[in-house]
Amino acid sequence: MAQTDAHALHPPTSTGLNTWKLGFWVFLSSETLFFGSFIATYMVYKSASVVGPFPTEILDIPLTSISTFVLLMSSLAVVVGLDGIQKGKRKQALAGLFTTVLLGALFLGFQAYEFTHFYHAGLTLQTNLFGSSFFILTGFHGAHVSIGIIWLFILFMDILRGPMVPEKHALQVEVAGLYWHFVDIVWIVIFTLIYLLA
Amino acid sequence: MATIEAHAPAHAHAGPARPTGIRDWLSTVDHKKIGLLYGVTALFFFLVGGIEALLIRIQLAKPENAFINPDLYNQIFTMHGTTMVFLVGMPIAVAMFNYFVPLQIGARDVAFPRLNALSYWIFLFGAIFMNMSFLFGAAPNGGWFGYANLSSTQYSPGLNMDFWGLGLQILGVASIMGGVNFITTIINMRAPGMRMMRVPLFSWMALVTSFLMITALPVLAVALFLMTFDRFWGTRFFDVAAGGDPVIWQHLFWMFGHPEVYILILPAFGIVSEIIPTNSRKPLFGYAVMVYSGVLIGIIGWGVWAHHMFATGMGPIADAFFTISTMIIAIPTGVKIFNWVATMWGGKIRFNTAMLYAVGMVATFTIGGISGVMHATSPHNLQQTDTYFVVAHFHYVLVGGLILAIFGSFYHWFPKITGRMMDERLGKANFWIYFIGFNLTFMPMHWIGLLGMPRRIFTYGSDLNLAGLNQLATAGAFIQAIGVILLVVNIVKSAKRGVKAGPNPWGAATLEWATESPPREYNFAKIPTVHSREPLWVEAEQIERDARGEPEPMHMPPNSYWPLFTAVGVTLTCVLFMAPSWWEPLIGLAWTFIGVVNWAYEPT
Repeated sequence: MAQTDAHALHPPTSTGLNTWKLGFWVFLSSETLFFGSFIATYMVYKSASVVGPFPTEILDIPLTSISTFVLLMSSLAVVVGLDGIQKGKRKQALAGLFTTVLLGALFLGFQAYEFTHFYHAGLTLQTNLFGSSFFILTGFHGAHVSIGIIWLFILFMDILRGPMVPEKHALQVEVAGLYWHFVDIVWIVIFTLIYLLA
Repeated sequence: MATIEAHAPAHAHAGPARPTGIRDWLSTVDHKKIGLLYGVTALFFFLVGGIEALLIRIQLAKPENAFINPDLYNQIFTMHGTTMVFLVGMPIAVAMFNYFVPLQIGARDVAFPRLNALSYWIFLFGAIFMNMSFLFGAAPNGGWFGYANLSSTQYSPGLNMDFWGLGLQILGVASIMGGVNFITTIINMRAPGMRMMRVPLFSWMALVTSFLMITALPVLAVALFLMTFDRFWGTRFFDVAAGGDPVIWQHLFWMFGHPEVYILILPAFGIVSEIIPTNSRKPLFGYAVMVYSGVLIGIIGWGVWAHHMFATGMGPIADAFFTISTMIIAIPTGVKIFNWVATMWGGKIRFNTAMLYAVGMVATFTIGGISGVMHATSPHNLQQTDTYFVVAHFHYVLVGGLILAIFGSFYHWFPKITGRMMDERLGKANFWIYFIGFNLTFMPMHWIGLLGMPRRIFTYGSDLNLAGLNQLATAGAFIQAIGVILLVVNIVKSAKRGVKAGPNPWGAATLEWATESPPREYNFAKIPTVHSREPLWVEAEQIERDARGEPEPMHMPPNSYWPLFTAVGVTLTCVLFMAPSWWEPLIGLAWTFIGVVNWAYEPT
């Protein structure tokens, strides 16, 4: 697709910002309200359970600190990858994207482990309000992480299989990266509120 | 790639030719066609919701009536509310946004044309899904507000409220995508010289409405998730025995629901702000203040949700806070009303049908606003809540506000869309019959409510002396129906045989009137540069030459079936949540995934 042709024929935007990027920022502001409502629900219900297990009995802060660190590093990796594309360094770009996908998958692995562990410890979606609001909040976050992994993996394969087109791929990775950072920031809020303030 | 060559007529594309007929409608990404699809669909559901309203009014025409049984009555009033809010009010405003925002700001299309098509298809499938419930005899029956615990499996067994929860989830997706699209369009795709403070009021209100859509609907999505998880997977968010709190549902629902009121009314403010200056032949009085008050209404609209909950027992401090914050909204709204009046003052007023509707809207909306201030007073509210007084209030706001403005906008913009004028004589009959019918229906409800008749109850005792007023309201509802039939007749007749309109039959000032009627596929031959708020009153010659002259080289996106395909996937995912096993929704997810990937790699 002749991306450059299309740009030449499109009138410049009113703000000078790329329309794709602006639209995505707007979408992310909508997502803020989505997660904000789930987080608020969690905060209201976290000490409302009438039966155990309660947060303090079950949450494993050291383990989750590691998985949080893994996710934070993935944000760094996507920046490295984007930098590679912008500078035309294909290897750096591929390494950055692949690391992001890998770290993201590792984070999901931690989450899967945590969920199974909780399940065996007697905490399910149905056990009590803590379980319900914990699983629904972190579950929707995990779903967002999964979408990000698939998205970045597709972009990775695209660059791996064909020539890297910096103008095109830089924008694509930047937008996917915005999403990835957003999901990361949401996790920091979740980690602070659920785990550290438990 | 469909590129239009310089000096080529509109239909000459270098790429593959556009499909024609039904295939064009299924794959179109043109904002004007999508606007028409939205409009026709919303008008259809307006008739459905209207029939539901008539059934309610027949049932209430006499005391202890047995026309509809209580269970069916619950379904009909729930679906009347749901239909009118989600399948009529929002999409009919979105239809107008779709058609006119790009034209008004001087753009060739919206920012994301395929996303726009996706919004429409998801909306349509959501609407069909919601109404399919009637075929199963299981239409939603827990009220359009879905209060916990009324909506729990204990009190709403069966599929009824599942249809509601999943249907609204689908519709919400469409609205959020629409909001993202319009915000990006208005911020980023204005014609050169069109600063934000030159954007026509209608497009400004579209912007504020879109912000409300992208912020309010995610909250509804979360509320619906909590409810559906309670119903499907045994969580107990709203079960008091497990420590749950039904009031949380109300907070989340009204945190969506109150901004929703402004999602519905701000487009009406925008429409009236176009019709009144045009037909008073004066610039809108206090343009800047009109913009700021609209923005302020959008912001304060977010902080007043709990005035829907005075009777829930939040305590005196919360009640006082929400009383005051709610009353504050009357200030920017009052500013708007005075500015409309001031715009007419000293103008050369032309009372065509559109203007009658606009002036009628200002009058009835004011009445609705005043009864709103009455409700905001929490002691009053405790007396009036859940009575017909509330029903009277919000119908004065939503029918007297939104619907009158929308009908006015049909008369105002019909010539632009079809190239033909609507019949003014039929139009005036349509207006007066509808206007009288409307007041006859809802004015008596103030007294019905003050006399203590509760809403949502399928009948009332004959000893209550409510029969006379109720009969008046029912008669009014049928008069309204005649008005709507006249409107539909006028639309159909004028589309075929109306007088040719020309580009600017009203002598209006905004950019959409610089194009031919109906506008070309790419709107403007050359994007005009504007230097004022009323370009066609100040600099018409240059603007019209740009709009209707020889087309410059440009790029227009080709048709695409992927929006339709993806919308099927999104809807399927939601529908399959009703299937017995956990894995069925994955089929829908896979379908959506295929759609999105093909979408991403399709040349545009």
